[in-house]
Amino acid sequence: MVNLTIDGRQIKAREGMTLLQAAREHGIDIPTLCHNDALEPYGACRVCLVEITYKNGRNRLVTSCLYPVEEGLSVSTNSERVTANRKILVELLLARCSGEKVIQDLARKLGVESPPFRPEYIERNACILCAQCVRACQEVVGVSAISLANRGVSREVAPPFLETATACIGCGSCVYICPTQCIKMEDVGDTRFIHNWSVEFKLKKCKVCGNHFAPEAQLEYITAKANLPPGFFDTCTTCR
Amino acid sequence: MRVKATTGLINSRQGLEDLRRSLTAGRDPNKTCIAICTGTGCHAYDCMGLVAAFREEIGRQQLGDRVDVTATGCRGFCERGALLTIYPQGIFYQRVKSEDVKEVIAETVLQGKVIDRLVYADPHSKEHFVHQEDVPFYRKQQRLLLGNNNRIDPTSIEDYIRIGGYAALGKALFEMSPEQIIDEVKESGLRGRGGGGFPTGRKWESTRHAEGQPKYVICNCDEGDPGAYMDRSLMEGNPHSVLEGMVIGAYAIGSESGYVYVRHEYPLAVANVTKAIRQAEEHGLLGENILGSGFSLKVKVSRGGGAFICGESTALMASLEGRVGEPRAKYVHTSEKGLYGKPSNLNNVETWANVPLIINNGSGWYSQIGTAGSKGTKIFSLVGKVNNTGLVEVPMGTTLREIIYGIGGGIRGDKRFKSVQTGGPSGGFIPESMLDLPVDFDELTKVGSMMGSGGMIVMDEDNCMVDMARYFLKFLEEESCGKCLPCREGIKRMLQILTDITRGRGRDEDMALLERLSGNLVDASLCALGGTAANPILTTIQYYRDEYVAHIRDKRCPAGVCKELISYFIIDEKCPGCGLCVKACPKEAITFVAKKKPVLLDQERCIKCGACRDICKLGAVGVK
Repeated sequence: MVNLTIDGRQIKAREGMTLLQAAREHGIDIPTLCHNDALEPYGACRVCLVEITYKNGRNRLVTSCLYPVEEGLSVSTNSERVTANRKILVELLLARCSGEKVIQDLARKLGVESPPFRPEYIERNACILCAQCVRACQEVVGVSAISLANRGVSREVAPPFLETATACIGCGSCVYICPTQCIKMEDVGDTRFIHNWSVEFKLKKCKVCGNHFAPEAQLEYITAKANLPPGFFDTCTTCR
Repeated sequence: MRVKATTGLINSRQGLEDLRRSLTAGRDPNKTCIAICTGTGCHAYDCMGLVAAFREEIGRQQLGDRVDVTATGCRGFCERGALLTIYPQGIFYQRVKSEDVKEVIAETVLQGKVIDRLVYADPHSKEHFVHQEDVPFYRKQQRLLLGNNNRIDPTSIEDYIRIGGYAALGKALFEMSPEQIIDEVKESGLRGRGGGGFPTGRKWESTRHAEGQPKYVICNCDEGDPGAYMDRSLMEGNPHSVLEGMVIGAYAIGSESGYVYVRHEYPLAVANVTKAIRQAEEHGLLGENILGSGFSLKVKVSRGGGAFICGESTALMASLEGRVGEPRAKYVHTSEKGLYGKPSNLNNVETWANVPLIINNGSGWYSQIGTAGSKGTKIFSLVGKVNNTGLVEVPMGTTLREIIYGIGGGIRGDKRFKSVQTGGPSGGFIPESMLDLPVDFDELTKVGSMMGSGGMIVMDEDNCMVDMARYFLKFLEEESCGKCLPCREGIKRMLQILTDITRGRGRDEDMALLERLSGNLVDASLCALGGTAANPILTTIQYYRDEYVAHIRDKRCPAGVCKELISYFIIDEKCPGCGLCVKACPKEAITFVAKKKPVLLDQERCIKCGACRDICKLGAVGVK
């Protein structure tokens, strides 16, 4: 076990844990936007910044989602420097995604009213570029149907060549994981549409209840991956 | 003057020394050699045409057995290209054109006469300098790394071996243990030349001690700073010196696999290093069982696609792996988990090239050069408003004044110096009051700039510092990978604010806001691109605050650069009505009145392109 202090509290953490994991395990709240327990840490939104002080007195800001616990480390999750930086980050996000509730809520919590930029520069992007969709598709689903395209201010989540996500199996993981609900999916009759990636899928009809319950492409993918017998998904989970 | 190698594989240190002796013995030191610079700068002056013209003329006059022509790497004095030296006399000619070839052969080669017109003359003192080493630009340099570019054909391993190449490798493999090499490099005080300035020996040591196999050595030749070409010129002009450093490093670290990551936009560097690797393998200096020592190293070339961020070590490694070049947090160092998650040691081209020098001459010799905290020499790419633009290699600790005035020959057109930006696009701007600053890693950081990889851009009174900060922020906005929020969104907002200021839309609170956003960029960015991106803003606000105030409060650009804030006017008493500006104006905003009468400028039509001011030699176009 590793001994460290977070916000003045003595804490024991398991070797290899991140500061974020250790803090949360002890009920200490650190805000995050790009972090998801199901995914590898990424460190893009920087909102989870904390200030650490080493035994030798040197201190710096690090992202708690990535920084591993260290013996004797002193961590502040809400020092003046942390709060000042977190505020600017939220101002920057608010200027990009002024209409998003997740960001508005975080801003309110930090006492940010409006971004300090000229009103004509304020944008209404829906995507905060946390890349959770891209990472879930790659790390959890394993198909990498979408990726981050372009660089810097032009960065966006997109299907290959900005055309159709041909590798997509229609599972909707990207939709469910998106913190701003900016990926639009709808099931209409026997068809599923994911509008952002220009894809549509035929849904499987349950032999028993007749409901369309999942995309055939997804069921084929799972059947192959888990080596399931043919016909395994002829009935939906409710009727099984 | 070269003897074609008949050697093939060398399998002992003695074999290497034998080859060196035979190469030296087979070369007549009195045979004339015309060594023509074929570096990047001279390519723009058609040096290849010059090489071809010399070869043709020598062929025509059947002088082939008396005169050699060698195409060498970059000599650094790019302002005066195309350059050549005639050996053994060492006569140095500059601004040579294909038309001069016949005369050079007839006068200098055949009769030993110096052609005055082609000799460098100091523009101030008018003094002529026949030999390169006497020219002020060279005299004040210490060209430990670049000096050999004069003496060798970069595509010939025999040339490199003849001048002592790979001797350090022999010494390292047969006289030193890996630990001794690491100690030697540590004691030399060598620090990374790519920008970070991390002690090279310590980096090697941590990679050597890190757990995991295989281990990798990587050469970073992804030089992307605007106006910088130090690494390019070393890689193009002396690729074997870089390779030799890499083999020594790999042996010390315990790595058998190496990569050279080089920009695809550097075709000559790619070609020369690829050729050098093949030659070194053919000679047993790379590959299996190097010089019969039992140590093996395979080096591959990987070409970068041109993203500035791929010069960052973790982004470079991601790119090498075939993934998108984006950095990751370095809380776990690349020396422990780098390329493919294995211990990896990445050094810059110039760092690697220093290694053979240290092994050959010892850390004691090396550590005498430079300052307390920064040892050795550093190559700077001196560009901008100086008389002598080019590559300059000086001992660490040389003052900015010595580099800009002593070597660079001062400011062009006798204008007044305003600023020098060091360290690439995210370096800081240093004012005139600090010209006596000794240039080393620590001193540059203290004043808010950095060494970076050695870019040095000189600005004069005609440069607007707010506009310069805007220019570099624009570059950084385009080159930010966009992964982390402060760099992607922060730089964008800062650029909007700076652009507004240069357009006369600055607000009183803007400077404070810029400083606040800068602080966040420094504190919260994922990698060094964001972490240093605020330097141009912070240093211009610190040292040139009055220019910001003039733009924001008075809506005035003191340097006369920002178009929305300036207007051109005709100074009637200076204008003879020659009409040159009338022809130059793309908008027909200037009207000819009569000879000896000043022209008329219509402000409504003027788009402030400055063409009239540029063309007028009499200074009759003013700007306010």
